[in-house]
Amino acid sequence: MHLALFIIFGLMCLGGAVNLLLQRHPINSALSLIVVMSSLAVLYLLLGAEFLALAQIIVYSGAIMVLFVFVIMLLNAGEEERTHGSRAAYLAGIPGVMALFAVLTSTFFTLRTSFGSARLGGFLVTTQDLSRVLFRNLLLPFEVTSILILVAILGAVVLAGKER
Amino acid sequence: MAVPIAWYLILSAALFSIGVFAFLIKRNIITIFMSIELMLNAVNLAFVAFANHWHQVSGQIFVFFVMVVAAAEAAVGLAIIIAVYRSRETLNVDQINLMKL
Repeated sequence: MHLALFIIFGLMCLGGAVNLLLQRHPINSALSLIVVMSSLAVLYLLLGAEFLALAQIIVYSGAIMVLFVFVIMLLNAGEEERTHGSRAAYLAGIPGVMALFAVLTSTFFTLRTSFGSARLGGFLVTTQDLSRVLFRNLLLPFEVTSILILVAILGAVVLAGKER
Repeated sequence: MAVPIAWYLILSAALFSIGVFAFLIKRNIITIFMSIELMLNAVNLAFVAFANHWHQVSGQIFVFFVMVVAAAEAAVGLAIIIAVYRSRETLNVDQINLMKL
């Protein structure tokens, strides 16, 4: 059951990410990113993070992606133009990405026995456990993030609302 | 049937690499911004997998804070994109090459 769900939603994740890369219209990329985020929510649920799975759906595929789709529609973004970027990005970046992926994958693969495996229901963090840590030990960082959000709202209004 | 944690981590590495790759080859500024969100999500998956491995709640707290910061970042970034589009009338990053608005 766990394995089947992991394979289905892991493949959906990878497929959505590759589709984001291949599509030329930004709205198609945005919709495939929504697929990636929603299937990541299922993977969080499999790993026992029930609050994060819901927050992923509400915050990421709800709020943030609606903002993206809204901006794409507002700016009437069309198909991506085919222009050449910087040569350094292609020459150093693409082998760098390959090397990064190879190093990470080989590290995780060689350490796979020491990581163990995840069973369904083996480790479940309820909202109660999460909020106990969040509001007892980490109350100050939590309040600081609310100031961050406030500053971000003000910044967004100042940047986007300026009429000339 | 148990799934090895390493598979989750490899999936996370693959998503992160696809995100970096999209960041490099995409030319639309909105799509580049979306690939940054993809990278953040990949790192979140690694955090949750490690939280499951160590049986620690703090890994999930990190993901919570990353989500909050990503929401703030998306709001400001999209506002900057709107401001840039107003003055340049283009979304192509090759034509946005001056810091001045």
